[in-house]
Amino acid sequence: MNSLDVVGPQLAVLVGAGAILVGEALFPRQRRLLPYVALFALLVSVLWTTSWVGRDDYQTIFDGTFSLDQYSVFFYYVFAGATAVVVLASIDWVEKTGRGEAEYYALVLTVCSGLMFLAGARDLITIFIALELSSIPQYILAGWGKDERSSEAGLKYLLVGAIASSILLYGMALLYGVSGTTLLPEIADFIASEGDQNRSLLILAVVMMVAGFGFKMAVVPFQMWVPDVYQGAPTPVTAFLSVGSKAAAFAVVTRFFFESLDAEFLSNDWSMMFAVIAAASMTLGNVMAVVQTDIKRMLGYSSIAQAGNFMIGLAAIATPGEEFTLGASGILFFVAAYSFTNLGAFVAIIAISQRINSDQIRDYAGMWRRSPVLALALALCLISLTGIPPTAGFWAKLYIFNAGIRADLAWLVIIAVLNSAVAAYYYLGIVRQMFLGGEDEASVPAFRVPPAIAIAVAATTAGVLVFGIIPGPLIEAAQEAAGVFAQ
Amino acid sequence: MEGFGVNLAFWTLAVLTLGSAGGVMAARSLFHAVLFLIVAFLGVAGFFVLLSAEFLAMAQVIIYVGAIAVLLLFAVLLTPRADRNNAETAMAAPAVLLAIALAAVVIFVIQDTDWATVTASPELTGAELGDALLSTWILPFQVASVLLTAALVGAIMLIRSSDEEAEDER
Repeated sequence: MNSLDVVGPQLAVLVGAGAILVGEALFPRQRRLLPYVALFALLVSVLWTTSWVGRDDYQTIFDGTFSLDQYSVFFYYVFAGATAVVVLASIDWVEKTGRGEAEYYALVLTVCSGLMFLAGARDLITIFIALELSSIPQYILAGWGKDERSSEAGLKYLLVGAIASSILLYGMALLYGVSGTTLLPEIADFIASEGDQNRSLLILAVVMMVAGFGFKMAVVPFQMWVPDVYQGAPTPVTAFLSVGSKAAAFAVVTRFFFESLDAEFLSNDWSMMFAVIAAASMTLGNVMAVVQTDIKRMLGYSSIAQAGNFMIGLAAIATPGEEFTLGASGILFFVAAYSFTNLGAFVAIIAISQRINSDQIRDYAGMWRRSPVLALALALCLISLTGIPPTAGFWAKLYIFNAGIRADLAWLVIIAVLNSAVAAYYYLGIVRQMFLGGEDEASVPAFRVPPAIAIAVAATTAGVLVFGIIPGPLIEAAQEAAGVFAQ
Repeated sequence: MEGFGVNLAFWTLAVLTLGSAGGVMAARSLFHAVLFLIVAFLGVAGFFVLLSAEFLAMAQVIIYVGAIAVLLLFAVLLTPRADRNNAETAMAAPAVLLAIALAAVVIFVIQDTDWATVTASPELTGAELGDALLSTWILPFQVASVLLTAALVGAIMLIRSSDEEAEDER
């Protein structure tokens, strides 16, 4: 395998982005085809990734700065799939806004390549550049709408993101300064041999890095930007943010911790740090979500709470021996299930809000009679977010709670279960509104869904249902991917 | 490196850099803040020279002082309608307290750490640097160029007025 083959999926996506920019300039009349070029590039990327499945000559390239392993392959699928859904969900909206169609899709693809680079990066410099590649186009996309709210979202995201990046860099610089290397495996060696004398610096550096990544993961106390940005950004972009950057941040933090910072004398500290962040995120996210009246804002807070659930997997890092990778595989499984579910919910919201021109939860009353399919799809995704069978979200929660209990974090799992009850209140509140509310509005006309959005809704809800009924293959894939961290 | 000259240079640069960085925050006028920033950038370049990292010092002067600071000045000059002064904020006192607390933590940690220091100045030629950029660091190097392209495309999109977009549609 040569090094070009290893970065093939990213190259396919980037070539697609370039083709879109050039293609629009050459054939301005054929603008309708642009999203399909993006989808084709993503398909090539997925096929390229698939060509590796079953091979065992995974390797690192460029002197260890980038690696291709089951772990990155798992995330390539998640990111390519999520991006494809976002592209499908954007078609209608981008046409309506009529603002830089080519640039929009090119930037979405660029973000996707950045996310993919992040999944495979094994060195601090590569991680940082890939993180910026996935973030900076997202700041721009968040401000893509023409209204003031969108500009505010873009600006806020940019400022908060810039501060987060600088804190992250400070932490990385301290870590490099003491260890003399940026490669994750070499950092692990350094910590194993000399980490004990430099404990205070390691903790400071890692706390700073977690703070920097925390903004991307949107966990408490780095969550203050979430509601405004989620509400103000165009809904397809919000969907992308809530899945793409969150999943990528968890991907890189999981790799960083499970590969470099698993030394025994430190792992209890990390475990406690993550457990506290997880508990705070779940509680604050859920309590705030209950009082929201805007559905995008509510999903923003709920995504903070979900990030708290992901983090139980990171808190399980202190489990020694054979079960060491249980937490990591829990995160992978949860990330995949959450991606389907949250994207499905957002796509359904995009379809609904384009027709009713509102994001207010009370306007969803009686949606069952206006568009039964959309109402059912949204209800299914909300049920999956709550964690009720037969959905993928149920198994994801069960699996990660199990990882938490095996790591002796029963108190955290109890908090998580209590939070799920609070979450059920507001998730199922929307379902109740859609199916039982709005008796007097029976005369409102039904509406049809554009085909691209219908495909996106079908794909995501199929994922939620299929992996809810037979979760085995996905769990196995997650376990195999997390197996790269086995001690 | 030991010796009186080096120590004197270090402390002079330290006072200069920290003082002008403080000036950036305290200055009421945006224009003055940018001038202070230039001094701070130059101070950091001085530290790089002290560390025998001449290339980095050059890059610091050319990029930060030469390009970024000048760009900032132009931005201030070309936006005549915008308010030139830093806004008052009620968070100033808590921010100063937080900064002092953070500085205390960082100073303690730096004292507490067993740094790997070298006494000989590293010999690094431009050729070696280029070689490293195009072998080990080729991926971040290339990704950075993609990043710049994406940022450029996005920036152009964000500043286009709706008139220009209407023109585009025809």
